[in-house]
Amino acid sequence: MNAITSYAHIKHNTVTVNGTVVFKSASSVSIHEFLLESYKFLAMNYPKFHKMDVQCKLAIIATEFALRETALLTENDLAKIAIVFSNHASSLDTDKAYQNSISDKSNYFPSPAIFVYTLPNITIGELAIRHKITGENAFFVCEKFDPALLINYCESLYLNGIDAVIAGWVEAETNNDEAFIFLSESQRNTNKNAIFKPLNQTTLTELYNLT
Amino acid sequence: MDALIEKLKGQIIEQLNLAEVKPEEINPDSPLFGEGLGLDSIDALELIVLLEKHYGIKIQDPKDGKTIFQSLRTMAEYIKSQGKS
Amino acid sequence: MSQKVYITGLGMISAIGNNVPECFLSLSQSKTGIGKIQYLTTRYKDEFLAGEIKLSNAELADLVGDQNPALNRNSYIAMLAAKEAVLNSGIDTKDGLRTGVISSTTVAGMSKTELYYKDLFKNDEHLDVLDTHDCGDSTERIADYIGNVDYVTTISTACSSAANAIMLGCRMIKHGHLDRVVVGGVDALSKFTFNGFNTLMILDREWCRPFDENRKGLNLGEGAAFVVIEGENALNHRKGKALAELIGYANTNDAYHLTASSPEGFGATLAIQQALALSGLKPTDIDYINMHGTGTPNNDLSESKATVAVFGNQVPKFSSTKAFTGHTLAAAASIEAVISVLSLQNSMIFPNLNFNTPIAETGLIPETTLVHTPLNVILSNSFGFGGNCSSLLFKKA
Repeated sequence: MNAITSYAHIKHNTVTVNGTVVFKSASSVSIHEFLLESYKFLAMNYPKFHKMDVQCKLAIIATEFALRETALLTENDLAKIAIVFSNHASSLDTDKAYQNSISDKSNYFPSPAIFVYTLPNITIGELAIRHKITGENAFFVCEKFDPALLINYCESLYLNGIDAVIAGWVEAETNNDEAFIFLSESQRNTNKNAIFKPLNQTTLTELYNLT
Repeated sequence: MDALIEKLKGQIIEQLNLAEVKPEEINPDSPLFGEGLGLDSIDALELIVLLEKHYGIKIQDPKDGKTIFQSLRTMAEYIKSQGKS
Repeated sequence: MSQKVYITGLGMISAIGNNVPECFLSLSQSKTGIGKIQYLTTRYKDEFLAGEIKLSNAELADLVGDQNPALNRNSYIAMLAAKEAVLNSGIDTKDGLRTGVISSTTVAGMSKTELYYKDLFKNDEHLDVLDTHDCGDSTERIADYIGNVDYVTTISTACSSAANAIMLGCRMIKHGHLDRVVVGGVDALSKFTFNGFNTLMILDREWCRPFDENRKGLNLGEGAAFVVIEGENALNHRKGKALAELIGYANTNDAYHLTASSPEGFGATLAIQQALALSGLKPTDIDYINMHGTGTPNNDLSESKATVAVFGNQVPKFSSTKAFTGHTLAAAASIEAVISVLSLQNSMIFPNLNFNTPIAETGLIPETTLVHTPLNVILSNSFGFGGNCSSLLFKKA
């Protein structure tokens, strides 16, 4: 039975994990500072984090919070863990940053480190590198959070031999940054903090709207 | 040379977002890549941008970076050799 | 259990032709489409070559028959290629069966947005351009252009995007969600892309040389390609004709670096192996590989190593067709899917242009002239930034 075993929702400088607020920064704090504070709160020790764009940081932090409540990484083959993300604006936030670096002719020093983040699936790449996950991965660009799309894709992954999925919605957008990451697994895992909710559209919609 | 090395430390930390690294932790003779600072090929490209932005030095072939960016000292020596320090 | 999935229609526009017959002619005459930049306005006009579609935006608008000023190059070429695929297949989207459109793109409407980027901060005159900027826009336009579409979605996984669109379409048919799907990818050239790839220093200033020891990088290209894939039930129902069967596919992550492939081609090896496993075929069953082969020092070495890891000393005939079309990013995998089907249909391997010296480390030698030989199964690889690796397997129908 495939289940949702943990989820994390970042919105308005607040992290909610499995329905409980676990970390919060003042609303006046910028998204960059909030993400840095979250990183410190998690005691992550991952220097590469500081090089990432906001979208990657949102995904890395939200996934980190969700993963702490399960044994997903240790109880599944890393080649059988899939990552499926989605959002509305692809990589727009960083596209703008890169565009600004090339549109000023008198100060033309385009940054390779910014350009690499002008693809939405780089978010998946960062997560895959962080945890050495080599299973299937896909990034969808759609109108809004789409439970049907994600559930259908998860089901199809399970039919194709995948054992666990890290999925969700992640969008860097000024004043509206958001990450909703849920973990799903085909086998019960041994972490006592894991939740076991049915992997279906109704449940996913509920969990997303809860916060 | 030492002044240039000190200046480069600050510029590298800023350009490469090495938020958790303090200038005094960078040994001028330690390798910049692989071990040590853990830099990768994107960082090498950023160092090329750094040379152009701060020192007006243009590098066309990324392979040249391999010798120039061996350590902070080789980087400083290269800048000196270009008469750009 | 699940039904077979066939490719029944092809559509393609690229530097080597505005439709499939034109592209086939260029391929069989070894005529590259890469040359001096003629259409894109960029500071790199005289510095780099590109695989441009040989039509202006006005000419494309005429071909599409839509003068909506907000439309962009990305939508025009996507609509043209998708329509060609639908017409080629002979499907009728009004016959009551379920049709989907799954497209993919990386830069979307950037080629137009960047022209007005500065103005947009000053006034609202070109605000309608923003409506057509998003990745999903060209997909929606394709769906409207074709008509009667039940499902639409857009994938963006860098240079393997279209392979993942093809894979998802195939699964949706196998799992009974759809009867047929128009799948593929599109990317029009933009200044943004040129600046970005130049920033990464992986552009060759001359013609790209895939799998050559002295390769310097890739040439950018633009294009759109779509294929119609149909479940055998829908195909039999309308007594249609299959062009090829899609018998295997897999996607993995290299989990190594944001833009570079791992030195040993770990993710690529996994993708090829898993696609083979799904098809039930052995490595020796593969007659030809259409490689990702971008011409960058990193990709071609890594892909060569993955090839050796899977095929050992029995590496099949292979070539990269990127020296014809340039690297068309999100469209690359669907362009190469069309080329693979053309290879199967015509028993032809299209050459790997500009090759001279094998890579010292692996010694692999691609096909460098047009080869006439019976082909039954073709493997096509596509790898993207972010570690995304996809492999597809096509079988003669």
